[in-house]
Amino acid sequence: MSRIAMTLPGRSMPAATARAGLGMIEAGWARSLVLARATRLDTAMQRDSAPDVRAVETTADGRSLAALVDAVARNRDRQAFGALFDHLMPRVKAYAMRLGASGPAAEEVAQEVMLLIWRKADSFDPARATVSTWVFTIARNKRIDLLRRENRPALDPGDPMLVPDSPRPADETIERDAAEIRLRAAIRTLPPEQAELLSMAYFEDRSHSAIAAATNLPLGTVKSRIRLALDRLRRSFKDE
Amino acid sequence: MSTRHPDDEILLAYAAGTASHGTALLVATHITYCPLCRGKLQAMEQVGGALMEALEPAAVSAGARDRVMALLDGDPRLGTSDSRPPVTAVTGRTVLPRALREAAGSDADGLAWQPVLSGVDQVLIGKAVPGGERTRLMRIRAGRAVPRHTHRGSEMVCVIAGGFRDVLGHYGPGDVAVADDAVDHQPVADDDRDCICLAVTEAPVRLTGRFWRWLNPFVQF
Repeated sequence: MSRIAMTLPGRSMPAATARAGLGMIEAGWARSLVLARATRLDTAMQRDSAPDVRAVETTADGRSLAALVDAVARNRDRQAFGALFDHLMPRVKAYAMRLGASGPAAEEVAQEVMLLIWRKADSFDPARATVSTWVFTIARNKRIDLLRRENRPALDPGDPMLVPDSPRPADETIERDAAEIRLRAAIRTLPPEQAELLSMAYFEDRSHSAIAAATNLPLGTVKSRIRLALDRLRRSFKDE
Repeated sequence: MSTRHPDDEILLAYAAGTASHGTALLVATHITYCPLCRGKLQAMEQVGGALMEALEPAAVSAGARDRVMALLDGDPRLGTSDSRPPVTAVTGRTVLPRALREAAGSDADGLAWQPVLSGVDQVLIGKAVPGGERTRLMRIRAGRAVPRHTHRGSEMVCVIAGGFRDVLGHYGPGDVAVADDAVDHQPVADDDRDCICLAVTEAPVRLTGRFWRWLNPFVQF
């Protein structure tokens, strides 16, 4: 359909962003996500007509995770859910274990996350997030809810107070899958000292000061390595 | 140091799920107003998803799959709402972002404001842990100044309504001001309306103005 026409002009954007200089660096995170989203919507719209053969997020046997979630949402497809289970359960369990849960506790948390995936499949919006992002936020929120009794403060996307995102020009569309491929490659090629601290920031319940204390590194070093890692990954969203 | 946005460490803590309750509340409030930080946060969550995907998958016990599949029958479907009903009734003149209203229990006009200092009222949110984080809504009357103070620890403030000015500049709705123990500042509310803000303080602030100094041991400010 219009997919090719929409994705090709995407390359013109990063050069413009690079030229814009320092002021744009902050905006880069937001911008790259908006761009990534635009293409995801495009992908979702044509899902009914053709299988997304270039999907990055796939099971070991090549089935698109987004299409599986969609099948669960539309048809309560148990077979699709089984495939999601096989792919996601070991990863969510690994995430819970990385955060300090014992094997059995991690398995229990991961089972609850899988049930939430079944229940909330309708709420997965490929225009807003990749499947792994969506599952990550569900697992993260489940963990917080288990740890704390109080309500978890969260943004309500339907809040009338919400200041909406600025509308995106049609030509600022880049290829979603390519962005996700670049992100994953960037994670794999992070310098080890950056990768380690980034993992600690995500997977250990510690402030940067606590990470500094645990690693015997100066706080400034911890902050700058995490910042460098994030900047590098942020750049990977863009086609540079 | 002062910015209009929470810094990346704060956003990352929210994205990773390690932020304290008060910090998470401040971030959820700020991103209601700030598409830029909302976008940054979504990017950080995408990184989190990719990092989780890259973890060595854990071995899952033999019965787990069958157990979960058996639980699917008759399991409720939550749909798209994320289980929060849409906002309908909006009460009062000063509407709070939803996360904040849920934490405070009502919109600003319905809260039990306690006077703390002349021209300054507050509502504590959640339980204050001695020596720990303190989260409160503050209302500074139009044109009034908050007494000079410094911080033992850091304070983050997010403006909800109105605005204030301090040595570092002017702050309006959604803006975040960060002050640490190096800053001795005196916020002054705009003249045209009361300023309401959310303040998260790592340790209680310390008043430094001449007149207020002696009050310090008594005022839980």
